Parts: sequence; structure tokens; C-alpha cells
Amino acid sequence: MTPMDFLQLVRGPLFDIALTIFIFGVLLRLFEIIILDRKRDLSEARGGEFIAGSKTIFRRFKPDREKLQHSPVPTILGYIFHLGFFICLLFFIPHIELIHSALGVSWPGLPNFLVDVVALITMGALVGLFLYRLTNPLLRFLSSFQDYFLLVVVFLTLATGYIAFHHIIEPYPLALGLHLLSVELLLVIFPFTKLMHTFTVFLGRYYNGAMAGRRGVQS
Amino acid sequence: MSAHITLGEALRRRGVSRRGFLKFCTATASMMALPPTMVGAVAEALESAPRPSVIWLSFQECTGCTESLTRSHAPTVEGLIFDHISLDYHHTLQAASGDAAEEAREEAMHAHWGNYLLVVDGSIPLANPGYSTIAGMSNLDMLKESAEGAAAIIAVGSCAAFGGLPKAKPNPTGAVSVADIIKDKPIINVPGCPPVPSVMTGVLAHYLTFGTIPELDVYGRPKVFFGQNIHDRCYRRTFYDRGLFAKTFDDEGARKGWCLYRLGCKGPTTYNACATMKWNQGASWPIEAGHGCLGCSEPDFWDAGGFYRALSIPINDPAAAIGIGVVAGAAIGIASGAMAHRKKVEATHHREPLKVEQLEGKA
Repeated sequence: MTPMDFLQLVRGPLFDIALTIFIFGVLLRLFEIIILDRKRDLSEARGGEFIAGSKTIFRRFKPDREKLQHSPVPTILGYIFHLGFFICLLFFIPHIELIHSALGVSWPGLPNFLVDVVALITMGALVGLFLYRLTNPLLRFLSSFQDYFLLVVVFLTLATGYIAFHHIIEPYPLALGLHLLSVELLLVIFPFTKLMHTFTVFLGRYYNGAMAGRRGVQS
Repeated sequence: MSAHITLGEALRRRGVSRRGFLKFCTATASMMALPPTMVGAVAEALESAPRPSVIWLSFQECTGCTESLTRSHAPTVEGLIFDHISLDYHHTLQAASGDAAEEAREEAMHAHWGNYLLVVDGSIPLANPGYSTIAGMSNLDMLKESAEGAAAIIAVGSCAAFGGLPKAKPNPTGAVSVADIIKDKPIINVPGCPPVPSVMTGVLAHYLTFGTIPELDVYGRPKVFFGQNIHDRCYRRTFYDRGLFAKTFDDEGARKGWCLYRLGCKGPTTYNACATMKWNQGASWPIEAGHGCLGCSEPDFWDAGGFYRALSIPINDPAAAIGIGVVAGAAIGIASGAMAHRKKVEATHHREPLKVEQLEGKA
């Protein structure tokens, strides 16, 4: 198989398969969760659920002071990683082109050198998170194989993207193909691993906020 | 032109000065990434090179490669080298026709058995030999017969090198490349649709100078000409880095000469000499003319997802994948959720609350 054959394969049928599994899995899990519903609360409501729940979705983007004081390293690295990852994903122009072709929506991108720096910082944050998980006794005790594996997979998508952008591996079709392959791996495992929190985090926040709202307390 | 005169002599007869000849040798040496000290050797070798016999076979092709090589510009040293090689058989260019033409091929083959260069442009149909024949002979038979006595084969153009347009999906003629058929001869692939003329003459110059074939890459292409990435050498690269792109062919970005990535430029995946050697005597090249690179020197470039779709966009329309994912995911998710929900309701319905009395054993 030549590098171009490989690129055609990962840009063609493999991408279609990965995207189908991703969408299928995400919807499967979201519907399961939503339909299962929460346990009915029989207490008398002291406040509205909807507004409180919606507010909590946004309020929890803000770092929690207590958590920040208690464990600053993973909190800060976590924020850096998430922010950096979304900047690379959503503001690198070739990615915007991809989203535009699939969904028909588009927005302005960032110059490549900015995305480049952000990608490096993001990868650094991931390495930091990995090392922290490995060295902190409590976190290490709580960690499963999946926790490490997911960090590696996400790191691979960033690293291969960086390699492809800088033509570190030649020929370029091989480098781009490796990036697409790592993204496809991410898409396939996404719905069936903790990566699903990308979507479920909002459900969780809403439920938390709604429950607190019903009881008339702040979440 | 006599078969015995040397290349140097032929060039002088055509009015090429020594200075012009050395300039060509210098350019050729630098193209081939040779040190400046090698210019003398190149000149000497080219000067005394005997006239090689060349048999040019055209199969499933459009003659664009021949057009590119012969009509690209007014006579230059490159052009004269083409005049100088003994082109003993070429459908389009030879005066002879019919049996006389075929005889010329056989004659050249016998006279230079084991020494002639075989140039092929066009792909070879395998689905049915009748799809492309010359003087009643199938392309496959003619290629095999002519390849047997060749010193080396140069597959000119993407059709001969990789199958090209005829091989594009669904490949109705079962087109294949030269390298798919001939396995026991050195093959130099000079792809492009068409290839850059100076690349072609460069390959010939290399063969005349060293008597060997140049170092080849994974696709059988000479590394000296196909070792550089179009995107890396593109003069619009700075705009790519700065995030400045043309979004249509007539917007502000297009007028200002910004990067054509979003308009489907395949520069990043393409390896060719266009960005450095350019076309029409260095006048311009596709990207400079305002059109993205099609990636024509790469295998299967016709099927690489559309010329005007950015490289980051998958080859196939994602609608099917999204449709299947949404329908199947929603259906099975709803069914599975509903089942779990029912189970929960049933469990609530049938639950048997434990009373304190039961725990205390009083019930």
C-alpha cells in the first residue's frame, strides 16, 4: 500500500465508518439516558427546575474556587487542555472547511501560527495530566486503564495533526493519513468511553441545577 | 541527422553557443542536486553522448504529454536535445504511417536491441485488448514486445505511470500502468498531467550523463524532481500560515493572491517540480495563475475527492454516514431507553417495601 492509497482509505471508507459509529453511538447513549429519566421527586417544589438547570450548565464553566485551591495542578491543566483542544478543533481553518462541508456552517479561523502554539501548549497540558495521574497516589488508585488510554488517544490526534502540519513525517499523505486515522480511532471509541462526557456533562449539570432549583437552593 | 554524431556536435550545428550549452549543463546539474564541480562532468558526458534510440509508444492517452514536451516553447537546449535523440517511432510525430511506421519500430528495436530507451505515455487496457490497438496489435502485446529489448523504460505522464484518467473510477477499460505489467526492466515514472517539460529532459540528461537511472522514490519517480512538496515550495505558503485564504475564485483573497487551500488546492499532498521550475520557460505555473494544484503527479488524483474540495474534507459525502448514524442511533437508543424505562416502571410497581417490623422479625 502506497502512502496515497492509505490516505484515500482513511479519507474515504474508514472515515465514513468512523463517523457513522460516532453519530450512532452518541445518539444511542443520549436517547438511552434521556428516556430513562430521573426518579420522580414527590416533594413540594420550592422553585423552578428549568431556569436553575440551564443556569448551572453555564455557571460550571467557571473554575470552582475550592477545587482550585485543593488541587490546582489538574484543575488548571484541565482547563488549559479543554480550551486548547477546542481552539485547535474549531479554529484551525482546514477543520472549519471540514465542518462547513458536513454541516454548512462556517466561522472565521485563527492564523496557523496561533493554532500551532495552542496545539503545543495543549499537548504539554496533556502530558502534565498524564504524569499527574501517574504520580498522585490517590488519583493513581482511582484510575483505570481507560483513563490513561483516553489521554493517549487524544494526545495522538493532536500530535499527528502537529506532525502533519509541520511535514515532520514525509511524504505528507502518510502524515495526514495518520492524523485522520487517529481521529477515526477517537470517533469510534468516543461514545463508548468517558469521552462521552463531552455531551453528558451538560445533561449532568442540568439535572444537578434542576434538582437544586426545585429545592430552592443554589447549585 | 547521422546516427554517429555526438550531442555536442548536433547542438553546435543548431547554433547553440558553448556558453548556452554550459548554462544548460549548470541548470541540469543543479536540478539533479549535483555539486557545482559536477557541471564539467555533465557537460563532458552530454558533449560526447551518442545519439540514443528512443521508441515512443502512445496508448490510452490524450497526446497532452507530447504536446507539453514538443510545443511548450521555442527551440531551447532542452528542445534540441529532443531533436537530437533518435526518436525512431512516435505515432504523432513520425512522418511514416501504416506498415512503414510499424517497420520503423521493429527496425529500431533490432538495430539497438538491449540499448534503446522505451518511452510510454498512456495506460494499458486489460479489460478488453480491443479497447486500444495500434496496427491491429493490442497495447499490452506492443508494450511487452517493445519492453523486451529496452535498456530502460520511461513512463511519461500520469496515465503511463499510474493509470491516470483512464483508470479513474469506475475504470471501464481496466486500465493499468506500465509498472503493473513490466516487472523486469528499470522503469522511471515521470508523472504529471502533463509532466513539466524540463523534468522530462532532465531525466533524459541524467540518463545520457551517467548511463544510469536516477534515484527513485516510492512511486518510481526521480527524487531530484519529485522530492519536493508543492505546498512547502509554494510562494503563497505565507498566506496559508497567516490564515489568509481565497474563498472563491473572484473574491478579495483571490485578487490578492492568497492561499488556495480552501478552494481545493492539493499542494500539500503533491510532490512535483512545478513550484520551482514552473512552466512555459519559467513564466508561470497553475497556482501562480490562480488555480489550486490538482495533484496531477500523484497516483489516482482523479479520485482524490474532487478538485475543488479542500484536502481536509473527506472523499465521500458525509450525508449517508450522518443519515445512517442518526436514524439507527435514534431508533435503537429510543428502543433501548424505552425498555430500560419500562423495566424501571415495572420494578417500581412490583417492589415490596421492607417494613421495620420485618427487619425486627416481628412480622
